[in-house]
Amino acid sequence: MERAFKLAMPDERGYFDRFGGKFVPETLMAALEELEGAYAEAKNDTGFRRELEWYLNFYVGRPSPLYYASRLTEKLGGARIFLKREDLNHTGSHKINNTMGQALLAKRMGKSRLIAETGAGQHGVATATVAALFGFECVIYMGEEDISRQRLNVIRMELLGADVVPVCSGSRTLKDAMNEAIRDWVTNVDTTYYLLGSVGGPHPYPMIVRDFQAVIGKETKHQINKITGKLPDVIIACVGGGSNAMGIFYPFLEDSKVELVGVEAAGEGLDSDKHSATLNCGRPGVLHGSFSYVIQDAEGQIGDVHSVAPGLDYPGVGPEHAYLKESGRVTYTSATDSEALEAFEVLSITEGILPALESAHAVAEAVRRAPTMPREKIIVVNLSGRGDKDVETIARLKGGRI
Amino acid sequence: MSSIRKTFADLAERGEKGLITFLTAGDPDLKTTLKLIETVANSGADIIEVGIPFSDPLADGSIIQAASNRALASGTTISGIFEVVGEARRNISVPIALMTYYNPVFQYGLEDFCCDARDSGVNGIIVPDLPYEENRSLRDYAEEYGLDFIPMVAPTSKPERVAAICSSGSGFVYCVSVTGVTGMREHINTDLNALSSLIRQHTSLPLAIGFGISGPEAAAFVAPFCDAVIVGSALVSLIADHKYEEVEKLTSAIKRVLKA
Repeated sequence: MERAFKLAMPDERGYFDRFGGKFVPETLMAALEELEGAYAEAKNDTGFRRELEWYLNFYVGRPSPLYYASRLTEKLGGARIFLKREDLNHTGSHKINNTMGQALLAKRMGKSRLIAETGAGQHGVATATVAALFGFECVIYMGEEDISRQRLNVIRMELLGADVVPVCSGSRTLKDAMNEAIRDWVTNVDTTYYLLGSVGGPHPYPMIVRDFQAVIGKETKHQINKITGKLPDVIIACVGGGSNAMGIFYPFLEDSKVELVGVEAAGEGLDSDKHSATLNCGRPGVLHGSFSYVIQDAEGQIGDVHSVAPGLDYPGVGPEHAYLKESGRVTYTSATDSEALEAFEVLSITEGILPALESAHAVAEAVRRAPTMPREKIIVVNLSGRGDKDVETIARLKGGRI
Repeated sequence: MSSIRKTFADLAERGEKGLITFLTAGDPDLKTTLKLIETVANSGADIIEVGIPFSDPLADGSIIQAASNRALASGTTISGIFEVVGEARRNISVPIALMTYYNPVFQYGLEDFCCDARDSGVNGIIVPDLPYEENRSLRDYAEEYGLDFIPMVAPTSKPERVAAICSSGSGFVYCVSVTGVTGMREHINTDLNALSSLIRQHTSLPLAIGFGISGPEAAAFVAPFCDAVIVGSALVSLIADHKYEEVEKLTSAIKRVLKA
């Protein structure tokens, strides 16, 4: 079903066409209103914007480079591939763009405690980092399954002074960590700022996180124009909850000639029951406070999902992505675990860059597409994070060959 | 007058406070749920809240989370729950309200859900993750099929919201006693007097207080501020241990203090 595509979203009720909204217990409604008000004020305050920009430049290390991957381009023998190097940000992923913005907002709101959910641990590390920087108490919820496969990030968060709470309910991954974070927020809403890490959750989070991540797309637009004198033909980003994709897509939504491609995790295959390709295989429903696509059974119980990339291992997706899918503005494909691992190897060997397993899904799509496109075409891949956190997992999957 | 309102009117006439008991349908299985509905009805429950289990119950503490998991593991479905309510209706007359998260209702179909709920003998529905801004469609169907749509107010609800919330519902107002999730607590620190007066200023609906009420003593403490108390986790934790006789004892012990 294609609907006419509109910009200027969401509406005042937090809807992107029919997706979004606020499906939370009444206890949290006042907190969401407070956040909405505080964000609206901060957004229009030049002092706030300047402070955020200062930290992004001098602490995060922005702008991140737009790098022409010439060896990868040669190897694939088609379109030119550029990598938006979010992996070079402080803490190693795009997540800090958002945590920096929200931490400054929390400070402005007078909150003393930050809580967050994390899957791969990248958002947890980015939250623990800003908590240390600004002196917040910090609690990170992380599924036990993810704690065991992303041990390095757990150690980083603890070194940064955060309390990492293992979550052993449900599938013991990102979804369950988010449940626990919401329960903590319901209980401690007076003092606590819930620093949500993706473009999901109740309004206004999908909008706030998108706005803070949009710096990726704004820079990309400027950089590609400077380097090539034109807009890219295709932009590719991986989609779990969808924050890095929303960040790079958003400033290009108005450029209808730029093809936008989101890549979901196909795990062991879309026809297996071990994937987390929500937009490809789910259907509309409510999870974690918003109406969007959800992987679920016929009774509306949330499904078990799988991906080799913990940051994509989530049965929901941000509501704006659901809208962009239905409007036809963005195409959502998928890459399997093994395609992502192959892409990881190709990028490592040809460019000397170890991508995060999440970002490797986006690279896999470029590997598929580039050879079918002529050299004058341009593909930008959002390299959302670095792969240091994944080396243990990859070594294990390669059967100890490393 | 709905059967829930009638129950409150009768309670008021007798000068009693009501007892609303919660149990998770299908924990440990639906056959036991049917027996437990009859048990609590016969030992003093004035209204029974039947919880539809959900995989991700984010307003619930660990006790009800575990109950939901057990219920889902035993294969509980919404149509199975409707059958059990229908069976129970043959022997008991106390009102039954379904407590459910929104997604299972949405997937079942809002109108089908309300229609089948009514046909099975359900009297009301409570949806903790559906604030009044989002509840219009479900509320309209509930009304169409004669079900009370029970609104929830929290200690954090601003006065200007309370009026809107109360006017968006019927049956009674479910007032959450604490800022937090469900579960037994040693103390309730909320100023219940202030919260209760605020709600009463805005509505003539009966007022029930729930979350954290663990036994007769807590019920007696809360009772002066409301028309009924809601007890959930305390009973669910007994069910978890298969202590079904204790369920009966606790229900009647709490009802006893509410009559005094």
